[in-house]
Amino acid sequence: MIRASYSRLLALLALLVAALFTASLLIGPAGVRPGPALAALLGQGDEMLALVMREIRLPRAILGVLVGAALGMSGAVLQGFLRNPLAEPGLIGTSASAALGAVLAIHTGLSLAFPLALPLAALAGALVSVLLVLILAGARGGALALILAGIAISALAGAATSLVLNLSPNPFAANEIIFWTLGSLADRSMLHVWIVLPFLLAGFALLVPITGQLDALTLGEDAAASMGVDLRRLRLLLVAGTAALVGGATAVAGTIGFVGLVVPHVLRHAVGARPSRLLPASALGGAAMVLAADVAVRLILPERDLKLGVLTALVGAPFFLRLILKTRGNAL
Amino acid sequence: MTGLVLSGLSCRHGRRVVIDGIDLALQPGEFVGLIGPNGAGKTTLLRAAQGLLPFAGQSSLAALPPRERARAAAFMPQGREIAWPVSVEALVSLGRIAHPDAAAEVDRLATDRAIAALGLDRLRHRSATTLSGGEQARALLARALAQETPLLIADEPISGLDPAAQIEVMQMFRQLASQGRTVLASLHDLGLAARHCTRLVLLHRGRIAADGPPRAVLTTRNLADCFGVAAHVEEAPQGLIVQLLGRAARDT
Amino acid sequence: MVRSGLLALALALPCAVLARADVPQRVVSMNLCTDQLAMLLAGPGQLVSVSRHAGDPSTSAMADQARAFPANGGTAEEIYLLRPDLVLAGDYTNPVTLAMLQRLGIRVETFPADETVAGIRDNLRRMGELLGREPAAGDAIRDFDRDLARLDDAPPGPRPLAALYAANGYSSGSLTLPGQIIALAGFENLADRRGIAAGGYLPLETLLLSGSDLLVKGRRYPGRSRAEEPLDHPALRELARRLPSTPMNDPEWVCGTPFVLNAVARLRDQRLSMPEAK
Repeated sequence: MIRASYSRLLALLALLVAALFTASLLIGPAGVRPGPALAALLGQGDEMLALVMREIRLPRAILGVLVGAALGMSGAVLQGFLRNPLAEPGLIGTSASAALGAVLAIHTGLSLAFPLALPLAALAGALVSVLLVLILAGARGGALALILAGIAISALAGAATSLVLNLSPNPFAANEIIFWTLGSLADRSMLHVWIVLPFLLAGFALLVPITGQLDALTLGEDAAASMGVDLRRLRLLLVAGTAALVGGATAVAGTIGFVGLVVPHVLRHAVGARPSRLLPASALGGAAMVLAADVAVRLILPERDLKLGVLTALVGAPFFLRLILKTRGNAL
Repeated sequence: MTGLVLSGLSCRHGRRVVIDGIDLALQPGEFVGLIGPNGAGKTTLLRAAQGLLPFAGQSSLAALPPRERARAAAFMPQGREIAWPVSVEALVSLGRIAHPDAAAEVDRLATDRAIAALGLDRLRHRSATTLSGGEQARALLARALAQETPLLIADEPISGLDPAAQIEVMQMFRQLASQGRTVLASLHDLGLAARHCTRLVLLHRGRIAADGPPRAVLTTRNLADCFGVAAHVEEAPQGLIVQLLGRAARDT
Repeated sequence: MVRSGLLALALALPCAVLARADVPQRVVSMNLCTDQLAMLLAGPGQLVSVSRHAGDPSTSAMADQARAFPANGGTAEEIYLLRPDLVLAGDYTNPVTLAMLQRLGIRVETFPADETVAGIRDNLRRMGELLGREPAAGDAIRDFDRDLARLDDAPPGPRPLAALYAANGYSSGSLTLPGQIIALAGFENLADRRGIAAGGYLPLETLLLSGSDLLVKGRRYPGRSRAEEPLDHPALRELARRLPSTPMNDPEWVCGTPFVLNAVARLRDQRLSMPEAK
């Protein structure tokens, strides 16, 4: 199999993301042709079209990139740290906990008073869950402990979310659970982009310094520590960075599962399995996957609000099963 | 002065004392074999000396900040974990993480030297997780070598290797020592330890039972008391010969 | 307008109508829509209880009148204890509760949610039959037809385009009651054009680019929900600045009663005040 060199791979992925970003801008239920659409984006042409491009399609495309990059990267980071290919924010319950935080912020009215409360609450939820997973399954826990911890945390967060929604006086609250469990980028606004951007940037910034240390972890904690890795600081940065990324992404798009599982797995061979190379590649790959799914929901059922998470689950769940079968040979 | 100085090193696991009052000083040029029965505390000693576990007492190595410690000593743990299917070359080059400021060329040369020293050239581009146990052990050792530190600590580095490979590795350690480095390795094979190490440290129930040249340490009394075995020890022109004969009664 | 006429009618009928043996004397209604139809047509003392929703001014057009009746929470237990001889329910009322009431030997009549003008007439007629108040029902239907004829005067030719937009981006077309109201007021419905005549999701950008002439927004409910976020979208606010918009006043839009004509009237006034339709 031909192995692309690393920088060539990154360039290809970046190109893919750019192409899908453009597609996301140009595809939509209103059926506008590309020429007028692009012109409207730059402020020329029909006023209504410009409004649509700038206030509806642009934020949707931007969020596709940001949310996808956040999910892809956090999946790669979790796998690198836990040394387990089955780790990803959805499976270990981090997305569900972030969703719980977000639901609490919305239904207590906190996010109305203070817009940043939404991603902050989601971040807090994500933080608690990552800490719980580390305690329950630890870095030395095998795949079984990890999945069990994830099931427990997801179940708890899901139950609490349902409770909050059930107690709401608002008649739409009960159905809101669908958005939080399946995720969607439909009809988002630039406001959503601005409130989650600081969290996502912070998350990326926190995780960039640890990429080399994740390489060292390939050989186990003792060897990594002997090579100069500060394990406590690594854990801290990992927890904070992942919480920021997953919290920010979930606050605005709901739970979009399996991105953090599929993307690192698909790219691992191409980057030579080095965690430090997998992280940037997974960020780009994640952006591509979410953008592709978001374009697909608009092509498959343009008039219906098909949830993003449905597509990623349809792709990701069989993938997950196959992965389990493969690792079943190794000690669970 | 490089080397390793331990004084009064003690470690507990819960209420149980694992190692107690370890005083040890290693000099450059020594190839020290750490021997002792299972459960004597060898791994604990090696890990505590590097500050990988909480301990009481002093260790010159653990006293260093992590970055300096990484440049002072390389460690090959007993676990031999390789989490991802990286290439052998990439795996060996991981040792260079301890030298973040080194030039890429310097890193490459160090990696190449380590690969050559362990005879891994043929396997350079193979995925490390597809290697045999022995090959993996050599690759992990090469990683420690690539770290190019004055002190090399290895926990059972030759278990799982075939006889020729075992001898090669022991000879390599001896050579490193003679080049001015310090090597501390825990070993189970008494014969190889006797022939190649410049000094043996015998650990029994968490304490140092004997410390000195192999001839002085591998006495009938020590072998019986600490290992519960009887052996034939003989000085030969090429070095010490130790042949295990059978079980022996332990004097409690 | 319509409401006062009907009430006058209901009160003017002599209460000396002989109680026929087959006419229910103790009627309990469990559904907001049947509540209102029953309150319009029942004889004095005939209606014994209405649902809780009937007294809620945010959804009921007869909240004041409903105060005269004890409210029930729709459970079989409390309804049984009222000793009704007829229970009125909607087709979305909990079937388990209705089955229980039937098992207890109570007569239950279910009214489908009427989505059309013909459906309103049918329900009025049937309610009149069930309550033994056929003359009152006949008068109500006649009044309804008269008022409707007055309002249904949109000129032939192209009609202005109205778009309904509620929480979750939901829009309703001509196969729904809100859609019928829009149609009667002389508008074309964007939902029909987009193939969601029975109701469905309307993408915001479709709404913005549709060239609609009127925006009918869903109302806000107490508490908060993510579902209502589209109603706050900056693009929608911008649209509302450029387009006449009117809220959906639930009491008139939710149930198939003669009160829908108030909503039709209001929308018709909007239409008449708009410049020449495109």
